Amino acid sequence: MALLEVDALQTHFRTPDGINRAVDGVSFHVNAGETLAIVGESGCGKSVTAMSILRLIPEPPGKIAGAIRFNGKNLLEASDKEMRAIRGNEISMIFQEPMTSLNPVLTVGRQIGETLRLHQGMSAQAAEDRAVEMLNLVGIPEAKRRVKEYPHQLSGGMRQRVMIAIALACNPKLLIADEPTTALDVTIQAQILDLMRDLKHRVGAAIVLITHDLGVVAEVAERVVVMYAGRKVEEAPVHALFNKPRHPYTQGLLGSVPKLGSSLTGEATRLAEIPGLVPSLKQKIPGCVFASRCAHATDLCTAVAPALEEKAPGHVAACHYALREGALAA
Amino acid sequence: MSTAPLLQVNDLKKHFPIHGGFFGGVTAKVYAVDGISFDIAKGETLSLVGESGCGKSTVGKALLRLFPLTDGQVILDGQRIDDMPSGTLRPLRRRMQVVFQDPFSSLNPRMRVRDILAEPIRNFGLAKNSADLEARLAALMDKVRLPRDAVNRWPHEFSGGQRQRIGIARALAGEPDLIICDEAVSALDVSVKAQIVNLLQDLQKELGLAMLFISHDLAIVEHMTHRVAVMYLGKIVEVAPRRSLFGAPKHPYTEALLSAVPQPTPGIQRQRIILKGDVPSPINPPKGCRFHTRCPYAFDRCRVEEPVLRPIQDAMGEGHVSACHLHDLPAAQNPLSEAKGAQLLAVG
Ligand SMILES: Nc1ncnc2c1ncn2[C@@H]1O[C@H](COP(=O)(O)OP(=O)(O)O)[C@@H](O)[C@H]1O
Ligand SMILES: Nc1ncnc2c1ncn2[C@@H]1O[C@H](COP(=O)(O)OP(=O)(O)O)[C@@H](O)[C@H]1O
Ligand code: SF4
Ligand SMILES: [Mg+2]
Ligand SMILES: [Mg+2]
Repeated sequence: MALLEVDALQTHFRTPDGINRAVDGVSFHVNAGETLAIVGESGCGKSVTAMSILRLIPEPPGKIAGAIRFNGKNLLEASDKEMRAIRGNEISMIFQEPMTSLNPVLTVGRQIGETLRLHQGMSAQAAEDRAVEMLNLVGIPEAKRRVKEYPHQLSGGMRQRVMIAIALACNPKLLIADEPTTALDVTIQAQILDLMRDLKHRVGAAIVLITHDLGVVAEVAERVVVMYAGRKVEEAPVHALFNKPRHPYTQGLLGSVPKLGSSLTGEATRLAEIPGLVPSLKQKIPGCVFASRCAHATDLCTAVAPALEEKAPGHVAACHYALREGALAA
Repeated sequence: MSTAPLLQVNDLKKHFPIHGGFFGGVTAKVYAVDGISFDIAKGETLSLVGESGCGKSTVGKALLRLFPLTDGQVILDGQRIDDMPSGTLRPLRRRMQVVFQDPFSSLNPRMRVRDILAEPIRNFGLAKNSADLEARLAALMDKVRLPRDAVNRWPHEFSGGQRQRIGIARALAGEPDLIICDEAVSALDVSVKAQIVNLLQDLQKELGLAMLFISHDLAIVEHMTHRVAVMYLGKIVEVAPRRSLFGAPKHPYTEALLSAVPQPTPGIQRQRIILKGDVPSPINPPKGCRFHTRCPYAFDRCRVEEPVLRPIQDAMGEGHVSACHLHDLPAAQNPLSEAKGAQLLAVG
């Protein structure tokens, strides 16, 4: 049994000008200890998916349907009390902007300690000792002094380390990281990704990494889910996804990012464009969500939504025309 | 090229005073840009890269005279413009235009596209009559590949990428020689970013524009640029033609930057240089080499003596300058003597 099973998740929002189908029937699973990346452009529903897993979506205006099974238990049927016991304990989350999720008036030590006292009933002293240990673990120098500092006294990279320390304090089985390095500079991003890789080996938590950066995906993920306009359009092991993307959207996405070193290899002088725009989520799209921008689209694509189909072992894509392994090119 | 550069910047400085204390006097300064020099030839793209806060935008704003300079000279086509009174400056302003990062805040929401584009045309007295104005508006929309009738719409009716096209059209309206793009594609989504990058490249070729391309995205920079200048804490630490910079970085900071960019290729083996700590404050930059607190190669001299930019031997080509004491060491002891780019980037 997978650690997490997201089954036909549908998270819609009621808005003044119609229903926003932010997440519209998304399924995937996460095995214990693995790193799954969810990638896609802004607005495709990545954060809403993450917030739905933790039941952090305000209802109303939101409405969640489907099932989210964590260790076999459907979180959508859990009571608020049960969810509080799971959040920050068995499943924890780190966000893009640590400043908005850290409490500005509590010291770093208190914030790590709170989690431990709440979930593990630790004494104040034990919690503080553990906080110092956690800061050491995430590579914050002079941890004994730093536990007494407030978030505003730390740099962006240090704050993200603190967020990671808080998230890992209770040894969660699943860590959801929503664009954890997007707000950081590239040398600091390298530090944080390095830290996450290192901690994964030591702590063994499964990670759901949400990002729009294909470079980050290639570096840390084992498996990848590609989202587009509220739907999953492709899922594959990381090598298969980059070496043999099946969905035209994934192919377009990979073609549109330049690789560093292109001037040395003399590769592509022009980037591939995906023409047009992401469709509005407020319109019901009967066919393929990508049809309006896809070079291969036919009448079938605009009329009938393609099912997610296994095109190769572990590699699924929602496209009428993506080739199946072993099939002959038409 | 032996002809004079289009733009020449000499020892540019911009220090921002910090007011504080009981009497609100100046208690400290932010050394945002602290003595940098570069030039841009006609039709050339020079990119300015470096992490946030290193002074890139301040350089752009200083060139546009959005605030007075602390020191230095800016010479456009042979004429000094840094000390010119604003009346005389106007015709020269036309020749240097800007595209900003945020396509949402940089367009006036209460103006139709037509008025946004007509404003610079009128200001610089470019249109002979109203028919000419209309023709110019249509030509601008064609250039940025938007439908002509979109001039009658409002900014909020457009997506981020389309607004950036309008921003580019506005910059082109004055028929400039040089465009400053300050993170002009950074806020856009991947697929839309490619559209705008391609548009900028096409326009540059078509119109022979020079460009100062300010960005923190090294892969986009490499794709777009002719030359690159790398900034760290208000200083330029390295300048080189594209292939030299990416193929044979000659400054430890550049090397670390290149090695830190995640590559969209899973499973590649790369040499990783993970820098320690954070960028120090520009209010109190380190003595000696500003990079010495994070440099993996720093030695005694780096902590006391500031290295100056000077030409470096580079088998990949001419025009490579770097500010690092390592280049005074014998080649065998200089970790930057070989061309390590391909290895750092795991290509080729
Ligand atoms: N609380 C909310 N109310 C209404 N719409 C929302 C809410 N939160 C998110 N959305 C919408 O859901 C869609 C998906 O958003 P999100 O999951 O944040 O995208 P991303 O992939 O960039 O993380 C967007 O159209 C967004 O506007
Ligand atoms: N108007 C200002 N007043 C005070 N400090 C400023 C001002 N503008 C920029 N700075 C500071 O100058 C430094 C360089 O900023 P900037 O040029 O915006 O960097 P970049 O564009 O490379 O991110 C930063 O430390 C920034 O905080
Ligand atoms: S001068 Fe010294 S500290 Fe500065 S970059 Fe070179 S080796 Fe590093
Ligand atoms: Mg998001
Ligand atoms: Mg800037």
